[in-house]
Amino acid sequence: MLLISGMILIPNAIFYVLIFLSVYVQVFFFLTFLENRKKIVIRNGKIKLSKYPAVTIAVPCWNEEKTIYKTVRSLLNLNYPKDKIKIFLIDDGSTDGTLSIIRKFAGYSNIKIFHKENGGKYTVLNLGLENLTTDFFGCLDADSVVDSESLVRIMSYFEKDPSIMAVAPSVTVYDPKNFIQYAQKAEYNMGVYLKKMLGFLGAINVTPGPLTIFRKRVFDDLGPYRHGHSTEDMEIAYRMQKNHYKIEHCNDAYVYTNTPSTIRKLYSQRLRWIYGFINNTIDYRSVLFRKKYGNFAIFTLPMGLISIFSVSYLFSQIVYNLGDFLYSKIIRFETIGFNLRNFSFDPFFINTQSFIFLVFVIYFLVIFAMIFGRKMAEGKFSFSFSMLYFFPVFSIIAPFWLLKAVYNTILSRKPAWR
Amino acid sequence: MNNNIDWKKYLIVFLITVGLFLTASYVSNYFGNKKIDQMKSIQDKIAINILSSETQFSLLQELSCKNVSGSVLSSELDELGRKLEWGQENLGTTDEVSYLKKYYSLLQIKDYLLMKKISAGCKVKSAFILYFYTTAENCSECEKESLVLSSLRDKYPELRVYSFDYSIDLSAVKAMLQIYKIKDTELPALILDDDLLTGFHGLEDLESRVKESFKLQETKPIENKKTSS
Repeated sequence: MLLISGMILIPNAIFYVLIFLSVYVQVFFFLTFLENRKKIVIRNGKIKLSKYPAVTIAVPCWNEEKTIYKTVRSLLNLNYPKDKIKIFLIDDGSTDGTLSIIRKFAGYSNIKIFHKENGGKYTVLNLGLENLTTDFFGCLDADSVVDSESLVRIMSYFEKDPSIMAVAPSVTVYDPKNFIQYAQKAEYNMGVYLKKMLGFLGAINVTPGPLTIFRKRVFDDLGPYRHGHSTEDMEIAYRMQKNHYKIEHCNDAYVYTNTPSTIRKLYSQRLRWIYGFINNTIDYRSVLFRKKYGNFAIFTLPMGLISIFSVSYLFSQIVYNLGDFLYSKIIRFETIGFNLRNFSFDPFFINTQSFIFLVFVIYFLVIFAMIFGRKMAEGKFSFSFSMLYFFPVFSIIAPFWLLKAVYNTILSRKPAWR
Repeated sequence: MNNNIDWKKYLIVFLITVGLFLTASYVSNYFGNKKIDQMKSIQDKIAINILSSETQFSLLQELSCKNVSGSVLSSELDELGRKLEWGQENLGTTDEVSYLKKYYSLLQIKDYLLMKKISAGCKVKSAFILYFYTTAENCSECEKESLVLSSLRDKYPELRVYSFDYSIDLSAVKAMLQIYKIKDTELPALILDDDLLTGFHGLEDLESRVKESFKLQETKPIENKKTSS
């Protein structure tokens, strides 16, 4: 009897601790929003800078023949003095028609074309850094398209505050077509909101591949890009945080990115991201919970770890409950066969345990994050159907890539532990 | 860099979160209490019904058996039983629920005794099964037996199933266990027409016994034809 109740109590305690932490994180974001809401400026028209510093934007291209043309065109359409933008189109040993497409741009005086053997994205970016002559450097993934006002808005942040070392844009989904992409659209909108909040906290942990602009000094001081477990855009942000380099988020600089259109592609993308998060966090574990590294160390990283743990834990609990439920149904069928006579709804049997209400609070705040993120990204302050797609798509598949990322981490780190 | 950590904010968020937890548990308690109240009111109703038929029986027994009716509907007892089981698993306040459960067991015994009296006094055979199970240990056969019994009870509304938790701390139930010599190793146990059946009994087995002993009519005549042919 004691043993049984003990076995029930321990998972129950873990469960409530995880719920507590999840509510904590959501409330933390919400409070950050309430504190800073007046500082969120969404500019609609064109703006002018007093000075237009020269910027180099490197476009790493590896088998991107479908999207590269639009990407380069959007760069050429940027509202920024043409002689102040240098564009590096760097082919990373593509095996499709990418190279011939980018060669079409050879005639532009501000476009430089490079071709190298395949070596991975960070090697491409480092080639860009080696040829860098401007004070600002950015990267634009070849699957993304920039809004014409994005660069000038980003540069206004640097002009306003010389201590800012990197500015990340708002990344949203380009032309979603199916429900997987719509689900991601809701997620990216939420990402815009969360990134802004992390920006207020000085705790951004990714400077995304689509159009984050850095001061050249960052690389002069901290060195070039690293492999970073295939998430070089995360590693550089960690390195900057560790060295107290300020990262901001420019919410009204829009970049539209092509998102995975199938579950399989989404899975492998997210597996890479989560694996990158876990392993960069392990690499930078000396930062964790050290108050001199600020909210990045006290909030962002623990939050990521907690969410990986809770999603995995809750998922296994749900699978267990589902299995239990199915088992009881099978037993029922075996003992008494199909019997629908006793099927009536009685509100008495609705679960009213306290966690149900807390889960509602979490969902409420998550939906708020999506709605406000949507306002920041699209200017519309309302609910959208993509938010409905988000919950089923992500709650069913996310546990798989999370668990797989944990599993891969354990496998890859095994020798080091012996 | 924003390296000055705003500890006050961390504390405020903590307090808000604690506040949300307290609110949630308050709301949960509120609904839990409502459910307990609901069970109490069902129980009170059943208690009044039993008492009233008991009194009615005492008043009328020599005059006319026709006017004496079965007091409580078997479905009412069953509903309360299910709600109590559910409440024991899902409501935080187990003390109150187990108190209700004791009361429920007592009501069942009273109803059982009354039915016995009526059937003896009026020469009517009433159909009841006493069912003993346990919740103290994992008894999968008990769960299956409960399913069989509730399915039988659905089929034959006149059938009364009185179910007792073996591990309940109630002297009246202990007396029943003594009378029928039921041991905890033999659960689930059934008393059907004064016969003790131990272990799991499937639907068909029990159904034929029930029919034989009590000559019950199924509610659906079509199914009755099928089984009798």
